[in-house]
Amino acid sequence: MKRWLLILALLAAPALADSDLPAARYANEQLPDPRQEAAAKALMEELRCLVCQGQSIADSDAELAGDMRAMVRQRIAAGEKPEVVRAWLVSRYGDWVSYRPPVEPMTWPLWAAPLLLLGIGAFLLRHRFRRRG
Amino acid sequence: MSRAVRFVPLLVLLLFVGFVTWRLLVPNDEKIRSRLTGQPVPAFTLAPATGGIAGLSSKDLASGRPRLLNVFASWCVPCIAEAPLLDELKRSGVHIDAIAVRDRPEDVAAFLANHGNPFERIGSDPESRVQLSLGSSGVPESFIVDGKGIIRYQHMGPIEPGDLPAIRREWEAAK
Repeated sequence: MKRWLLILALLAAPALADSDLPAARYANEQLPDPRQEAAAKALMEELRCLVCQGQSIADSDAELAGDMRAMVRQRIAAGEKPEVVRAWLVSRYGDWVSYRPPVEPMTWPLWAAPLLLLGIGAFLLRHRFRRRG
Repeated sequence: MSRAVRFVPLLVLLLFVGFVTWRLLVPNDEKIRSRLTGQPVPAFTLAPATGGIAGLSSKDLASGRPRLLNVFASWCVPCIAEAPLLDELKRSGVHIDAIAVRDRPEDVAAFLANHGNPFERIGSDPESRVQLSLGSSGVPESFIVDGKGIIRYQHMGPIEPGDLPAIRREWEAAK
């Protein structure tokens, strides 16, 4: 009995978290024009997946990411500029959705931190070298 | 090097550990809210999601009276949990329309037959286009839209019994 239950459990389908509709056109299909595809790919790598936060939509297997890829490719194929598509998404989801943060007072620390840390490193090294010398 | 400076790295480490501990104890709210709250519903027209119920367009949402727009899917498990609460809202006079994301007509019909149909209109959004244009990042989600078609409130995730007072309050405020 136990063994049968175990076999049944192995055969059971996992709880559905996804639809069973096929992926949208261009979700997993490249655009015929290589230049448009390159532009779309570059943008998709800089857009964040809404479901699996921390992945880009280019990397994510989530269905919503697939639909976002389809939308990006279709809009770029229709002649829209990548920055227009990015701005459209930012107007819905905020800067969060883009992996390229804008330079503004809120994000100054973000842009300044690497320079600041490099400066501190140089300062510490200078002392080191002086002592050796 | 002076004595005080020697302790700077330790201080930095302690600050870092403190920050990490704080964020582990108080996790960040990872909900990504729509930026369209306070703005008009983007223009869209969706075909009916299943037979016998009208489709949905953005014009239907600017009807002079507030409406609750539910973004759901037949394949979405939390949507089942939410269904009785939508029924309850409907009984108390809330007008509810829906968008079915990535769904088939027969699946939507089966969902409504099993879990009730509180919806006056249901539009089909097979590639999540309208969902994306609303700034919604999952199912289920609900928006309260006022009579002029302005989004007044976004509820993310399934509506639970504890959420009803807030939703009723926002509904009244949208009138």
